[in-house]
Amino acid sequence: MKHVKTIKTTLMASVAAFGLTMGSAMADDAKVGIILGFTGPIESLTPDMAASAELALKEASDSGILLGGTTLTPVRGDSTCIDSAAATSAAERLITSDGVVAIMGADCSGVTTAIANNTAVPNGVVMVSPSATSPALTTIEDNGYFFRTAPSDARQGEVLADVLTDRGIMEIAITYTNNDYGKGLSDAFQAAYEAKGGSVLVVAAHEDGKADYSAEVAALAAAGADHLAVFGYVDQGGKGIIQTSLDTGAFDSFVLADGMIGESLIESIGPDLNGTIGTLPGSESQESADFVSYAQDNGLAGDCPFCGESYDAAALIALAMQAAGSTDREAIQAQIMNVANAPGTPIGPGNLAEGLQILADGGEVDYVGATSVELTDVGEAAGSYKELEVQDGAFVTMQVR
Amino acid sequence: MEGLINAIVLFSNFVLIPGMAYGSQLALGALGVTLIYSILRFANFAHGDLMAFGTMFVILITWWLQSIGVGIDPLPTALLALPFGMAAAIAISLLSDRFVYRFYRRNKSPAVIFVIVSIGVMFLMNGLVRVIIGPNDREFGDGARFLIKAREFKEATGLNEGLALKLSQGLTIAVTFVVVIALFWFLQKSRTGKAMRAYSDNEDLALLSGVSPDRVVIVAWVIAGSLATIAGTLYGLDKSFKPFTYFQLLLPIFAAAIVGGIGHPVGAVVGGYVIAFSEVTVTYAYKKFLIYIVPESWEPESLVQLLSTEYKFAVSFVILVVVLLVRPTGIFKGKVL
Repeated sequence: MKHVKTIKTTLMASVAAFGLTMGSAMADDAKVGIILGFTGPIESLTPDMAASAELALKEASDSGILLGGTTLTPVRGDSTCIDSAAATSAAERLITSDGVVAIMGADCSGVTTAIANNTAVPNGVVMVSPSATSPALTTIEDNGYFFRTAPSDARQGEVLADVLTDRGIMEIAITYTNNDYGKGLSDAFQAAYEAKGGSVLVVAAHEDGKADYSAEVAALAAAGADHLAVFGYVDQGGKGIIQTSLDTGAFDSFVLADGMIGESLIESIGPDLNGTIGTLPGSESQESADFVSYAQDNGLAGDCPFCGESYDAAALIALAMQAAGSTDREAIQAQIMNVANAPGTPIGPGNLAEGLQILADGGEVDYVGATSVELTDVGEAAGSYKELEVQDGAFVTMQVR
Repeated sequence: MEGLINAIVLFSNFVLIPGMAYGSQLALGALGVTLIYSILRFANFAHGDLMAFGTMFVILITWWLQSIGVGIDPLPTALLALPFGMAAAIAISLLSDRFVYRFYRRNKSPAVIFVIVSIGVMFLMNGLVRVIIGPNDREFGDGARFLIKAREFKEATGLNEGLALKLSQGLTIAVTFVVVIALFWFLQKSRTGKAMRAYSDNEDLALLSGVSPDRVVIVAWVIAGSLATIAGTLYGLDKSFKPFTYFQLLLPIFAAAIVGGIGHPVGAVVGGYVIAFSEVTVTYAYKKFLIYIVPESWEPESLVQLLSTEYKFAVSFVILVVVLLVRPTGIFKGKVL
């Protein structure tokens, strides 16, 4: 009986929800596309990211202040993370048939580039990506329509180079996972590191999903560096490289980038990992803590990867809309930078209503959000990174850069 | 002098030991392929996935044994589970023979049909393994990890270079040694082994001499299934278990069998080591090694690496092509494919 009751309630709730969306569709309504890889290699991250973005849209709609009571309806599209053709057609559908006013997304660097080049920029639709970090996206021909709340890996390369040179590590071997992310980060780091006087003795790619990395490690060790920088994935080849290096005694000091930071690494490698250093986007600011508690109050995880960035991306779209005073695609594009950067009243996570009110009254806002949003000239987050060190089997934040 | 010792230790650590372990694993796999080829007269493409299938059972039993606290520390629990995995691999081999291969054997189908059929069986096993244990990496090794630790070796000897010998590597080499000797003894001395060799040599003559073909075929599958499981388990303990990498092992295993001379058991073992050492030596960077042994003025600037490690699999491909072109019978005059 209990089950029947649950089903009944669920049904009633969904009918009610359906009715609500129908109702709002009839009122003043604007659609915002959310394109993330709901299937594919990062499908475990995207539901939380989408929910965070939708939280911002709901917050703006519920305030009742947005363009005099406009409701923002999210429309989801699947980027698949890896299939550019599928991602492009999903974006095409959102832009032409659903008529979204702006897009929050996409997630992975490859599909994001494809969507921007093929549909979003030609159609004049703003894209705000929460998680595409490839340095190549900085220089695409975007006519000012592409933004991202995630920092470019070029920045991470610089930060890592700073971390190493500050610690007096001047010689290093690099291995990267053989894809856009790994190659981009490796190139960015090498350039920054050499500019600071460091020398890269060997750079070698590794393929993910192999059983055996002894040949790769042997080649890396032959160059004679004491430290190994691993730009890979924590559950993939990166872990195999570290394990083999330790087993053969080739390296015992590692430098990790964001893709390698994870508790599972410490669990599987053990105490040998102590002393490893790494960088991860993020800060320990008041705003990021505020966002986590705000998201948790609304039934979301909050501290999940790229959730703050997703919330910020959607919030920027809502604020830009308000500043533009219309849901016109071009007008939104013109306002994104204005609401993201100073001057203006700083707006934190959960305070969108305040920001919308200020804009409605003709004032200016400086959206800070969950991730201390500050966009550079080309419309991407300047980015702050945590410098981490493994101490007694846990990642400890040494400082924020 | 110390430079020379350092160079030898370095070379052993990065080339000799990994090459020996990898070669042993390939040799066991190639023995299974060669055996099926000589008795059933077709190249069994399902062998890689048979390895994965047997290993999967070993892993499942290992997990169960670990959960009830049975173990043989410091040796890995997987050794206890090995007979169960072998039984499973033998069972599926015999089932596939009974329901698939026997039909084509009775019809006297040409070898190429058998090869295609074995690809079908390969996909079936492939799917079974993925359904049962999933496509991801599985950890099942336990017990002691090292026989010799790199850091302790350095401290004990005072050398610059460390030497590491993993328990799984030592175990692989030892088990291969025992299995190969037992197999050769069986083939040379035992009655069934002689019957198998006779059957492989000339099927009709063997039948006339009273050799039972069904029995020979069954024994061949039993041996192939056991070898596949042993090879797969050792590979999984030494590296890691992931169904896709077992499928990929098919290429070096076939290369090993063909280089040694397919249908020739000694050739399979030699071929395994030839392929393994080619892969490791061609992709190894000799810079540090040379620095130890040549005078300072000759020290190389570059890495002295013949091929980048991404091309590792290409090495067995190239050897395969060259052997087929130049000496199709392989080192030990096996059959021509």
